[in-house]
Amino acid sequence: MVTESAVWDALREVEDPEIPVISVVDLGVVREVKVEDGHVHVEFTPTFLGCPALEVMRAQMAERIRALGAEPEVEVILDDSWSTDRITPEGREKLRRAGFAPPTPREVTAPKLVQLQSDAFRCPYCGSSETRLENIFGPTPCRSLRYCESCRQPFEQFKTI
Amino acid sequence: MSARAEQLLEIADDELILGWRDSEWTGIAPFLEEDVAFSSISQNEVGHARALYEIAARDLGTTADELAFDRQPEEYRSATLVELRRMDWAITIARHVLYEAADEIRLQALKDSDDDEVAGLAAKMDREEAYHRMHALMWEERLRDEPRFQAALDELWPAAVAMLPEELRPQLAERVGRELPADLSGVERGTHSEEWPALWEEMTEVRRSAPGAAW
Repeated sequence: MVTESAVWDALREVEDPEIPVISVVDLGVVREVKVEDGHVHVEFTPTFLGCPALEVMRAQMAERIRALGAEPEVEVILDDSWSTDRITPEGREKLRRAGFAPPTPREVTAPKLVQLQSDAFRCPYCGSSETRLENIFGPTPCRSLRYCESCRQPFEQFKTI
Repeated sequence: MSARAEQLLEIADDELILGWRDSEWTGIAPFLEEDVAFSSISQNEVGHARALYEIAARDLGTTADELAFDRQPEEYRSATLVELRRMDWAITIARHVLYEAADEIRLQALKDSDDDEVAGLAAKMDREEAYHRMHALMWEERLRDEPRFQAALDELWPAAVAMLPEELRPQLAERVGRELPADLSGVERGTHSEEWPALWEEMTEVRRSAPGAAW
């Protein structure tokens, strides 16, 4: 008999294919796990709606659940319930160590250009806040590009969503 | 068709086609940062279209892919603004600025609606669109004094107004500081631009060559 905690443990091994240092659980995209009569229902909240990693994550979650001997049902929730605030403290630390600056907390109003252009973002390599915005957009929808004036290292900053 | 499905299709068609047009800059934007920016914006817009089509498809008993690619050209509800193909940077940025302004007003109305499913999706889309708006604002500040950019805004203004339902148009006029045009003939939703047939041909080519194929 599969338990909910066994499912959570299995999902902790599913990596984000675009940022393999972090799992779907660290990323906070698994909203709920329910087990009933051998069926596992997972509520999955996409990060960015156009993110191509979503399909891969969804398929891998289903595969892991099947490996536990249960029938998976991964439901995609298309509402505003995922936020970068849902990335776990461990997840943030893993991101930082991999050279991605973790997102700043979500505020009531949407982030503004002046905030992004400010230097209130820390370099994940040297910790300096002498950084500047290079591009609002980056290699994936969830990241911006910044440059550290102190250690002269470009880095990727997670967008706040 | 229900008013809800109709509204979802209008917005989904706008986002899909704008995503398509913006992606035409991939590889050839004036500089690398903009290549990345427009590619990323396109990816988001197509993602929004997909989510909207999925909800509409459930209401209509079909699939998102069928809605996106299997309709006849006259069945699409896209605004003429997103169909235009002008590989000109001033016009591209003017469209971006006007589209994002109109889209924000439209999303706010959806967020305020009593339809929880649509309001929830609109709230999510709006979080992503905030970054598109920042990008548009950055360019607007940069090009503000350029006559070519101003001429592009003048040219596209009627089509931008026609993107919105009538009751939301005054908000857009106020937001961008322009008068509502007296005549919107040729740009109202339901009419299509000259560029539309060629775009439809290209966009649906793969599906038409292998009907029902999945990949």
